[in-house]
Amino acid sequence: MAAFSQNTSSNRAVRDAQLIESSGAWAKEARMAASERAQAAGLPQRRDEYWKYTRPDAFVQADVPLKASLHKSLEIFYQRNTVPVTFEDGKMQSAALPCAAHCTLESLASASVLDLHWARDIYGRLEAAGQTPVKRSLASVNTAMAREGLMLHVTGAVAAPIHIHATSSGQTDAVIHHVIKVAADAEVTLIETGQYGARTNIVLEIDVADGGRFHHIRVQDGDDRHMLTHIFGRVGAEATFKSFTLSAGGQLTRNECVLQLVGDDASVSVAGACLGDGHFHHDDTVFITHDAVNCESRQVFKKVLRNGAVGVFQGKILVKAGAQKTDGYQISQSLLLDDDSQFLAKPELEIYADDVACSHGSTSGAIDAQALFYLRSRGVPEAQAVDLLTLSFVAEAIEEIEDAEFAQDILDHLTETLSGR
Amino acid sequence: MLNIKNLHVKLEEEDKQILKGVNLSLEPGKVHAIMGPNGSGKSTLSYVLSGKGGYEVTDGAAQLEGVDILDMEAEERAAAGLFLAFQYPVEIPGVGNMTFLRTAVNAQRKLRGEEEMSAGEFLKVVRAKAKDLKIDAEMLKRPVNVGFSGGEKKRNEILQMAMLEPKMCILDETDSGLDVDAMKLVAQGVNALRDDKRTFLVITHYQRLLDHIKPDVVHIMANGRIIKTGGPELALEVENNGYADLLEETA
Repeated sequence: MAAFSQNTSSNRAVRDAQLIESSGAWAKEARMAASERAQAAGLPQRRDEYWKYTRPDAFVQADVPLKASLHKSLEIFYQRNTVPVTFEDGKMQSAALPCAAHCTLESLASASVLDLHWARDIYGRLEAAGQTPVKRSLASVNTAMAREGLMLHVTGAVAAPIHIHATSSGQTDAVIHHVIKVAADAEVTLIETGQYGARTNIVLEIDVADGGRFHHIRVQDGDDRHMLTHIFGRVGAEATFKSFTLSAGGQLTRNECVLQLVGDDASVSVAGACLGDGHFHHDDTVFITHDAVNCESRQVFKKVLRNGAVGVFQGKILVKAGAQKTDGYQISQSLLLDDDSQFLAKPELEIYADDVACSHGSTSGAIDAQALFYLRSRGVPEAQAVDLLTLSFVAEAIEEIEDAEFAQDILDHLTETLSGR
Repeated sequence: MLNIKNLHVKLEEEDKQILKGVNLSLEPGKVHAIMGPNGSGKSTLSYVLSGKGGYEVTDGAAQLEGVDILDMEAEERAAAGLFLAFQYPVEIPGVGNMTFLRTAVNAQRKLRGEEEMSAGEFLKVVRAKAKDLKIDAEMLKRPVNVGFSGGEKKRNEILQMAMLEPKMCILDETDSGLDVDAMKLVAQGVNALRDDKRTFLVITHYQRLLDHIKPDVVHIMANGRIIKTGGPELALEVENNGYADLLEETA
């Protein structure tokens, strides 16, 4: 597996000649264009404003920075009926690809050798659209280099969630690129669990057509892996897009989410709950563009940090001229369990329409002493009371998950994670 | 049951003495009421007894069934049988009332070295007790105290008390914020728990609550001390004449 990037001055870095040679017409074109974008933008530098709170070093250095121990993942969602898709050490197990009604599942590896494919209109296109106003060159590197990923075309209401579960020996890089196309009025839930590799660069491009509904639930754990993810979404009229991420492990995580609301009456929600302990740096960077009338967007991020863990939130709502009746909500909060941990937040609003309602808030606080006393006065020991208040704190983010059963699974998983540490 | 001797308490953060030698002896099965004007130290007494931080005991002792409790953690006091019904019950979003109750019941059992209550048994017991307090299934499912009315919050306190079956119950201004009907319901809940072993300390401003929860003994507290002790008629005296006469009497 090639590294994420190498030296930017070398073309070899982002242009894998052999890969491009073996690609069909549409993939070749997309990879070449992405490689040029990455070359032009250059790799992230520590001095970049956009990387002010998170050092990009571990993502840009040539070698896998460490051998990651990933075995800590707890089982989740196992009692739910899902359509399983598995990745082993960054490779999709496509021989075992399941079938499900109202959708097709393919691997990027097999789709990319074809000259024509539906993914052509999405692969690299949404990523390219997400390069303004800031460059996300590691996503372009991903488009240029990714060999593995799920191509999911949803044409109706898919009954059971598609569940990607990744396992890894913890010694490799993984560059994964998923493409999801949700047709008009179609609906799907995508679940991601497990770890693709010691260091991962993941891109999801999601196109939700008018009236489509896309739900995404992601659980990121593992002990010391490094992970960079990008979600690029385009959301049509009256469509719904909801993405929730639970992070309870990993040394370094940066989750970027770039959404464009291009049709009227669309509704999106991006939420995250994270539990950070010790050597842990977690960054949520969100950019939501309202480019249509009467759309709603919500960003709900909750981070619980202790033993020197660091949480970052950079979230922006851009309301373009003409995007009237926009309803934008953004909240980022941290619960700091000690004085060593820190939370860095940069909430932003940029509004060019005059009839909008946007609210944003960001807070950092300690455990509420009165609530802690209340629980202890009922006989709950201090450590367990802190865990309960931790669950209470992240609940608002979990409530963003539409399906109550999955929300309960996430709560149970968190409870288990808390009691195990 | 509960013996308080010469209890002196000051605020940890500032040099302010709040309790200046409280003496109380509460026998098993009795209901004691403490009345007193604002700032007399009634709520502080309830907090210090139940283990809230921020207070420093400078002198005196408190024993529950002969065991000193002032050095115990709040949860240990709870497991030993002490319960405080809060004046302002705390809202805990995201934690279901039922989950909270079960966690509390089992945490206490664990601390006492007893076996935990099974989910099935717990459900059976909680449903029966909730019914008596007119707490419906919906209220049990909702997050702890979130969106509850004043009356619902207080009923929920009494439900916790009924589930935890403490030996010594302290009710801190349980009547505050309640209309007459809600107060009757809460009082019924409390009266249902009265027996010849369980002891109650009812803190209140007004005699009204004591019409529904009939006390055996009434204490008047002022300026950090118990200034007068008597029977239920003492509460009526306060109701009719206010605290002024009593304060002058003892001044």
